[in-house]
Amino acid sequence: MSKMTMVEAINLALKQEMEKDEDVIVLGEDVGVDGGVFRVTKGLWEKFGEDRVIDTPLAESMIAGVSIGMAIHGLKPVCEIQFSGFSYISFHQMEAHAARYRGRSLGRFSIQMVLRCPYGGGVRALEHHSESREVYYAHTPGLKTVIPSGPRKARALLVSAIRDPDPVIFYEPKAIYRAFREEVPEEEETFSIGQSEVVREGKDLTFITYGAMLRPTLDAAEILEEKDGIKAEVIDLLTISPLDDEKFTKSAQKTGRVVIVHEAHRSFGPGAEVVARLVEKSFLYLEAPIGRVTGYDVVIPLYQREKDYIPDVKRIVRGARETLDF
Amino acid sequence: MVEKQGKIMPKKEIDLEYKIEHLSILNQDGELDSELEPDIPDDLLVKMHRMMLLTRRFDERMLNLQRQGKMGTFAPIKGQEASQIGAVAAMEENDWLVPSFREMAAEVWRGKRMEDMLLVYAGFNEGGFIPEKSHSLPVCIPVATQLLHAAGLAYAVKYKKENNIVMVFFGDGATSEGDFHESLNFAGVFQTPTLFICQNNHWAISIRRSKQTRSKTIAQKALAYGMPGIQVDGNDILAVYSATKDAADRARSGKGPTLIECVTYRMSVHTTADDPSKYRDEKEVKEWEARDPIIRFQKYLKNKNLLSDNDIEKLEEEVKSEIKNVIKTWENKMKEMGDPADMFTFQYAEMPPYLVSQKEEMEKMKSEANA
Repeated sequence: MSKMTMVEAINLALKQEMEKDEDVIVLGEDVGVDGGVFRVTKGLWEKFGEDRVIDTPLAESMIAGVSIGMAIHGLKPVCEIQFSGFSYISFHQMEAHAARYRGRSLGRFSIQMVLRCPYGGGVRALEHHSESREVYYAHTPGLKTVIPSGPRKARALLVSAIRDPDPVIFYEPKAIYRAFREEVPEEEETFSIGQSEVVREGKDLTFITYGAMLRPTLDAAEILEEKDGIKAEVIDLLTISPLDDEKFTKSAQKTGRVVIVHEAHRSFGPGAEVVARLVEKSFLYLEAPIGRVTGYDVVIPLYQREKDYIPDVKRIVRGARETLDF
Repeated sequence: MVEKQGKIMPKKEIDLEYKIEHLSILNQDGELDSELEPDIPDDLLVKMHRMMLLTRRFDERMLNLQRQGKMGTFAPIKGQEASQIGAVAAMEENDWLVPSFREMAAEVWRGKRMEDMLLVYAGFNEGGFIPEKSHSLPVCIPVATQLLHAAGLAYAVKYKKENNIVMVFFGDGATSEGDFHESLNFAGVFQTPTLFICQNNHWAISIRRSKQTRSKTIAQKALAYGMPGIQVDGNDILAVYSATKDAADRARSGKGPTLIECVTYRMSVHTTADDPSKYRDEKEVKEWEARDPIIRFQKYLKNKNLLSDNDIEKLEEEVKSEIKNVIKTWENKMKEMGDPADMFTFQYAEMPPYLVSQKEEMEKMKSEANA
């Protein structure tokens, strides 16, 4: 066990999987000599060589497209798109091919690849470097979309993603790349894709969240307990698609009140699907309208006003109280 | 000052690694340039001819089936048989074929079952079946996207130290897409064993070749990516074979990718949903009919005493009955097509719970409808 940042934990997952399986290769812009712009792939190029840690030319569609070709022939590429804002150029390859190859070939070809990219706000970046558009991928049948919320889960989920026979979009909340450390075991650890987790137990209210929003949500839960005497349950989705609705259904049926927290835009956001599932399965258990504390339906502003866009503890507490007071 | 401007920046010609060449061996009258004649075994020549004839007739039959409403939209290959068969005939058993959507002849050569092809165009996913050992990828519809798969696949071939090549097909329209440039660039940088076969058939639906790119040739685009490019007469099967064989040998010996531009012609429609009379002069089609790849190859084979008029007649009968059998098999297969709920089967390796319940929903609907 050692205390690691999320960057170090992801790096550990890549290193260990590459040691175990020579079909695992890493490719992307600046992932080799430079070790990635966020240093996620640091040291891999030195350890595994340029054939396995490929510094590619600057072309996102290519990064996804050649990864698909590699996967067709049995490699397990983990490709990096430098920022999620540039991943839309590769979206076509993921949607048209990665997601469909198994079906098109009636199971003959699996596209066992991971497309990693940092997403979300909070790092004072330029335009196109702060958005949270995971639903593009989550809406696409054939893809899996995974979003870790801290170092330990990031490591375990990435190992599972690399071993998953289907293409996995691995969205890394860059705001918490180095925000805190967690104990990460040296020995192998996996976490099933498609599984959410109850990270805080409660009886009065259910928070459903993921990614960088988990910590402010947990903080909000603490405040509600201290100031309002409310015991809030917190569920970390971890996988956006395929969505695990079992745990939040159970929780909602227990608490009767639900608040969803995410950075992504509200309309058609991940929360909208969660609401739909809750209405389908828990309609008669609900005591109040389901609250959504989310990014607004506007392009995320530049960093001076980013704080007004991204949900924070105050907004989450306020959203929870509205649901509680209904 | 004005006079001196020309001298400020002295210009020198840059010596590029490759020059663009054009290759033609068998001209449209069937005359052979014997110095360039490739050494192709007789049985292979005969097979190439048979396959050209088979796929020409099959293509015509498919068009009929579509017009009769028995089959959906497809992209005919008529006129492009030499570009396809000439290229794949130079492949070895474990080489990889990456088609776009107008390579029926190449696919059949590589073992695609014709009845499966009909199944796909008749709207059944089951036709996408690929045998376990096959190194042919399925048809790819979005233009040029398959080129990246070929580049990545070839990287994997090289990484695994295998001695195979990857052959990818595309049209002249594809060369305007970003994925075309990105894949040639990747293949150039990493020297992957990829053969880029452009079937320049002069038309991308209604856009003629001259409106697709200002470049004099498609082949010259190879130079920008540091690889050899060659333009061949795509209706001359000997030229296509020779250029491909050369490129494959180079790729196999670690010398990287090649771009081959086969100049051919789309003698038919873009797809069965297209009406070329809106944009194309019939005279142009007539001109190209005189350059038919099959007729000139038959002349060549006759001169070599490998084919007689009698043989052709017999072959036509053979091919006709083969196609008849294919259609019978296809019609029988369609009757046995499985459950529509199979659409859920291959979304993921393992079906997530919500798909299990959606599948049940569909099955319930169907059983209610049948009750």
